[in-house]
Amino acid sequence: MDLKEIAVDVVNRAMRGGATAAEAVVREGNEFSTVVRLGQVETLKESGSKAIGVRVFRGQRAASTYSSDLSSEGLDQMVSSALALAEVTSEDPHAGLPEPAQLGSIGGDLDLYFDDVYSLSGEQRIDYARRAEKAALAVDKRINNSEGGSFDAADGRKALANSHGFVGEYRNSYCSVSAVPVAQEGGSMQRDYWYSVARTLKKLDDPEQVGRIAAQRTLRRLGARKVKTAKVPVILDPLMARSLLEHIFEAVNGDSIYRGASFLAGKLGERVAGENVTVIDDGTLRGGFGTSPFDSEGVPTRRTVVIENGVLKSYLLNTYTAKKLGLQTTGNAARGLAGNPSIGIGNFFLQPGTKKPEDIIAGVPEGLYVTEFLGFGVNLVTGDFSRGASGLWIAGGELTYPVEEITVAGNLQDMLLNIAEIGSDLEFRGAVAAPTLRLDGLTVAGE
Amino acid sequence: MNVMHQGNYFFDRYGLSEADLQRYLAAALSAGGDYADLYFEYLTTTSIMVDESMVKSATQGISAGCGVRVLSGERTGYAYTDDLAPERILRAARTAALIASGPAKQPEVSLKENRGRNLYPVALPSVSSDVREKLELVMRADRAARAYDPRIKEVRASYADELRRILVVGSDGTLAEDSQPLARMSVLCLGRNNGQSSKGTSGGGGRVSLEFFRSEKTPEHFAEQAARQAIIQLDAREAPAGEMEVVLGPGWPGILLHEAIGHGLEADFNRKGTSAFTGRLGTRVASEKCTVVDNGTVPNRRGSLNVDDEGNTTHETVLIEKGILKGYLSDKLSARLMGIANTGNGRRESYEHIPMPRMTNTYMLSGEDSPEDIIRSVKRGVFAANFGGGQVDITNGKFVFSASEAYLIEDGHVTAPLKNCTLIGNGPDVLTRVSMVGNDLKLDEGVGTCGKDGQSVPVGVGIPTLKVDRITVGGTGS
Repeated sequence: MDLKEIAVDVVNRAMRGGATAAEAVVREGNEFSTVVRLGQVETLKESGSKAIGVRVFRGQRAASTYSSDLSSEGLDQMVSSALALAEVTSEDPHAGLPEPAQLGSIGGDLDLYFDDVYSLSGEQRIDYARRAEKAALAVDKRINNSEGGSFDAADGRKALANSHGFVGEYRNSYCSVSAVPVAQEGGSMQRDYWYSVARTLKKLDDPEQVGRIAAQRTLRRLGARKVKTAKVPVILDPLMARSLLEHIFEAVNGDSIYRGASFLAGKLGERVAGENVTVIDDGTLRGGFGTSPFDSEGVPTRRTVVIENGVLKSYLLNTYTAKKLGLQTTGNAARGLAGNPSIGIGNFFLQPGTKKPEDIIAGVPEGLYVTEFLGFGVNLVTGDFSRGASGLWIAGGELTYPVEEITVAGNLQDMLLNIAEIGSDLEFRGAVAAPTLRLDGLTVAGE
Repeated sequence: MNVMHQGNYFFDRYGLSEADLQRYLAAALSAGGDYADLYFEYLTTTSIMVDESMVKSATQGISAGCGVRVLSGERTGYAYTDDLAPERILRAARTAALIASGPAKQPEVSLKENRGRNLYPVALPSVSSDVREKLELVMRADRAARAYDPRIKEVRASYADELRRILVVGSDGTLAEDSQPLARMSVLCLGRNNGQSSKGTSGGGGRVSLEFFRSEKTPEHFAEQAARQAIIQLDAREAPAGEMEVVLGPGWPGILLHEAIGHGLEADFNRKGTSAFTGRLGTRVASEKCTVVDNGTVPNRRGSLNVDDEGNTTHETVLIEKGILKGYLSDKLSARLMGIANTGNGRRESYEHIPMPRMTNTYMLSGEDSPEDIIRSVKRGVFAANFGGGQVDITNGKFVFSASEAYLIEDGHVTAPLKNCTLIGNGPDVLTRVSMVGNDLKLDEGVGTCGKDGQSVPVGVGIPTLKVDRITVGGTGS
């Protein structure tokens, strides 16, 4: 049986067993990874797996189970456990599948799957990893150690079926190359990384380029020191701006909104950010890392403007959170094999501005350029933000010496309102992306 | 009561014989690796979530598989299968074998079973029979949290347990089987008052049965902790910014040791020379009041194991003795390559993952100061009573963690509650600034999950009340 048939079969077993509605997801995937360290292969890993999950309803009661045993007896046991569990859960007036009219799939080739990620021989794959590390080690004598270069490839197939008659399936692929060099000078040892990720080998950056950038990022950290506590402009490089955007995603996540666990709850239609800020979630971008033809409830993905010129326009919702809030799903249901659907991310990004990142830096007399956040000091209920950081100190509009063992603190509500500059350098290196950002009014704590 | 015994679960369930195991190992060594092992895993999980006083989610699952590892010098080959049919295991073994290149080797002829103590002799979580009892525990937590204070507006409470059965077989003769129960409750409370919002969290458990939640740490205990924290946070003020004296409360704040010290002492980083602690064995890395151990043998603890995921008996390992660095945490590969003892710290998330050196329960032994004297000694500083998560950069030693409950200390007294309080420091020197160590060692309540290289494993931490003379507090206030 192919995956779709298995999913439909499980839905049918559940309905025969007494479910009033059911939904099944089947996942199959292969993964390959290799790490080369100091020129020698350190690990080689290759495998595949397959598993299934089912969600059943008995009226307004829901429950779910999963299994890696796809034998007929295994499926029966999984379904009967789910049906038994659905006798002990609560009647929830908002529980249920999407309406039949909401189901569907966006058409066309979304460029999610390329078989070339698995076309390389074992030796060629190892060579990708080896080349990335070698390029990093060659940049400078101070790069004298390494956590290795790596190459990863994976492909996956996912099928979803439900008792409203929805059946869908899609495939995706992924490959990446990375390097993690270590540099030493005096008593200081530093490590950093760089990577490239793509759905096809053709779009993967040269391993040499990845290695060189990793080396430069590592070298620029050498000799880092602390700075005095101060309130100064803070510039986030695109990777760290992305991490800020991830917090915004969590704050517009319907699960947090309906229970009031987000500082953005109840603010629909209000100004929550500067007029220069527009944030979009788009699950339909061709080849995107957050793209899929339908979400995990079988609702077509779409483009949702979340914040437009500073005004909060939409939350991101699945069927359940939409019903709780009296709104429509935005096609952002996500699910693992078990549990209720959560909120998933499409391609979530902050629209770029026009200024080059170097011009943004040039406009700061004294400030902090953040290249790394450390730790989890973010409270989405209040918006309080306090994270460890390292980066480069800006003096006279230029990046000068590296800094570390400092924190950056403020509140996400103020941070969104005080994005002073937005760079032109938007680039997707995953499902979430943001350009260089300058934030004013934050406290940098050090000595 | 279904008292655990070390039976031969995989032999019975999958009809495995010792001859099969030998055949798989031979396939794994067919290209001449130095060592091969098989890791069989059968995992059952249950979780229940109560939200808005409704049981919104109940989930159960089963996953099973086998991972095959081959070591050849410093190289590791790994493959796994979620289908335990002999031909699939053989295929995984032959894939993993490709790491080596040489003539086939024969595994050791006889397997020696590592049978011993049982650190978690409890009734194992049952997949089906007692869902209603588990559910009642979660409902009790929900009721208790709501009853604590009318300003508690939302409560989410959950219970999750698992039973992991493992069988590890190695070409060095290793044969170890274990049944590892693990259970935990979690409570999240949201408080609201006069336009202020707040959050409080709590949770705990261990390798325990349901009885633990009825008699030792009840749902009401966790609910009240989470609710209390949320209420306190409603009146919290901004944490100060800059270097100051910090007192860490006993228990979970031991995550300081885990981040600042523990990861840097994992042998893999030291073998590669990429840890801030590399080459420091025998040197002073802490004040002489500090003795730190990693102990996988504390009964019923979340981080404890009868055997690690390479089939070795776990130990108590002294990491720092009176301030001097004494040892690393190792697994089979690092012990062999570094020529050091195997401390039984080889762990992995599941059969899909390669084992590596990991912590178990990491804590500092009690000192002689009373907690009251420690607080009294501080003119102006921060008392961090409880923490959220933390993170470390192994190579430069910088670590960070965030306080979920913290207070100002003024003239020797604990005063205003603080919010948004993150601490950042440098692993190799933070413990050299420990000037007082309390006589009140406490282990955490059983909530810790440690992530490394994308693998999560349950761990424990603990400290007595500690005073650190200088550490950077990352708030926004003055």
